[in-house]
Amino acid sequence: MTQDISELKNIASQVRRDVVRMVHGCQSGHPGGSLGCTDYLVALYFSIMKNDPSFNMDGVGEDLFFLSNGHISPVFYSVLAHASYFDKAELGTFRKLDSRLQGHPTTHEGLPGIRMASGSLGQGLSVGIGAALSKKLNGDDRLVFTLHGDGELQEGQIWEAAMFAPHNRVDNLIATVDVNGQQIDGPTKVVLSLGDLRAKFEAFGWEVMEMQGNDMALVVEGLQKAIGLSGKGKPVMILMQTEMGAGVDFMMGSHKWHGVAPNDAQLQQALDQLQETLGDY
Amino acid sequence: MTKYTYTEKKDTRSGFGAGLLEAGKRNPKVVALCADLVGSLKMQDFINAFPERFVQVGIAEANMMGIAAGMTIGGHVPFTGTFANFSTGRVYDQIRQSIAYSDKNVKICASHAGLTLGEDGATHQILEDLGMMKMLPGMTVINPCDYNQTKAATIAIAEHHGPVYLRFGRPVVPIFTPADQVFEIGKAWMVSEGTDVTIIATGHLVWEAIQAGEQLEAMGISAEIINIHTIKPLDEEAILKSVSKTRCVVTAEEHNRLGGLGDSVAQVLIKNLPAPQEYVAVNDSFGESGTPEQLMQKYKLNAPAIVEAAQKAIQRKG
Repeated sequence: MTQDISELKNIASQVRRDVVRMVHGCQSGHPGGSLGCTDYLVALYFSIMKNDPSFNMDGVGEDLFFLSNGHISPVFYSVLAHASYFDKAELGTFRKLDSRLQGHPTTHEGLPGIRMASGSLGQGLSVGIGAALSKKLNGDDRLVFTLHGDGELQEGQIWEAAMFAPHNRVDNLIATVDVNGQQIDGPTKVVLSLGDLRAKFEAFGWEVMEMQGNDMALVVEGLQKAIGLSGKGKPVMILMQTEMGAGVDFMMGSHKWHGVAPNDAQLQQALDQLQETLGDY
Repeated sequence: MTKYTYTEKKDTRSGFGAGLLEAGKRNPKVVALCADLVGSLKMQDFINAFPERFVQVGIAEANMMGIAAGMTIGGHVPFTGTFANFSTGRVYDQIRQSIAYSDKNVKICASHAGLTLGEDGATHQILEDLGMMKMLPGMTVINPCDYNQTKAATIAIAEHHGPVYLRFGRPVVPIFTPADQVFEIGKAWMVSEGTDVTIIATGHLVWEAIQAGEQLEAMGISAEIINIHTIKPLDEEAILKSVSKTRCVVTAEEHNRLGGLGDSVAQVLIKNLPAPQEYVAVNDSFGESGTPEQLMQKYKLNAPAIVEAAQKAIQRKG
């Protein structure tokens, strides 16, 4: 646990290196969203959450995190490894045969840190609500965090869950949407507009806040603010503005790098922009 | 053959309601979720006893499955309740990813299965659920036959760790199994011993199989009747032991002939002991409106259909 922003930035730089190396190593996976959400996940696991890397599925007395947009598994795996859930050498097995680091996160292979399979979109908010209800029944006052893609909000189940949480005062839940405005087929506003997300979630009864997701100091500050908003009868929704591909200039500003791996030259070009701070796996 | 009588008829869903209440008393971690069908699922007694352990999700079955999966984290044992159609086909991917693949200890409890929902018609009936659920790796699939067996099964699945699909129904049917039975998941129940043909039945078809057995006996045919309440994992040993004696088999289920109990039995026989098999099942069609009795007759899911199938199976032995 640290509040030192420069230390968090160092971790984020290494995580971004891991992300592009993992995706390059198997020539598949999703670098764009992973890079965009790196600062959020690093802040969560190294500054915000109370969590135990010795890992117990029930997580009683711990803050829990659920990744709903499972395709950004590279950043999740790298963060878990650096948080000591498993050895970072295992990152090299990503998406390869017999690996615990499946293309999308799963509990099936027993990878510490993963509590729910995700990848088929739209399911993680319901799961997070369930875990939050379980905490309330257990008298456990820790929090549940979830992360979703903005394109994922096109799934209907999200809105079933969005309706449920305020009605049932699930106020130990902090959901975050990665608003990068991109999805596989193009800009979200072209594929299927999400409209005014703040107005939509507020109309459902959520406490909504916005956060810049690629400035570490603002991410830490934003997550702390969200924690301050929890426990007051409403679920909390963070609309997190990010840049897909953040940290690697040629991967930014387009949906092109949603699910494409860099070639050898592109890998080198990316690594030249990301300082090796904690040692490559 | 062993004689079975009954003094009372009840719906199997009420057995679920009674079992849920009992499971809730035995384990404070048991919680229940429902998608706006509390009355139909007979969950009110549980709600009255444990209001804080009940979650009303509204008409949002996908969300219900996800919440149930999440509630297992922290040690709860969630029972979801809605109609069989909305418990399976409507939410297959939620069950697949968040429950089965994630190995979550959720009990998917499904009423109004098969045709016997009756008048509501095919949108609310389902004849494909056993197939869908048994194809999911790690899923236990149970279809009990009367009130007492359903109650016992409900209590048993609460004590079993892992995802379970429990299927039951709406019509009142004879209660012919003991009230004090201990339900053993995956263990067939020998209803009546015989030598000429094995009748393997599940759910509402077990009572029909007993009626068929009596009619066959009057015709001089000795039927062995086995109740397979657990379709997965299947009691292969009981099936093989019986068919090695009778050398032919009838399977009877309130389900599409594709993907149900019959296919599970056929796989066991093909591999170990090929034998003539006749299916009493719906012939790859949707249901329709009608009274339960009319539907069971029209779709040939009753004692006369089992008798006819048994005669055919015996003939095919040559």
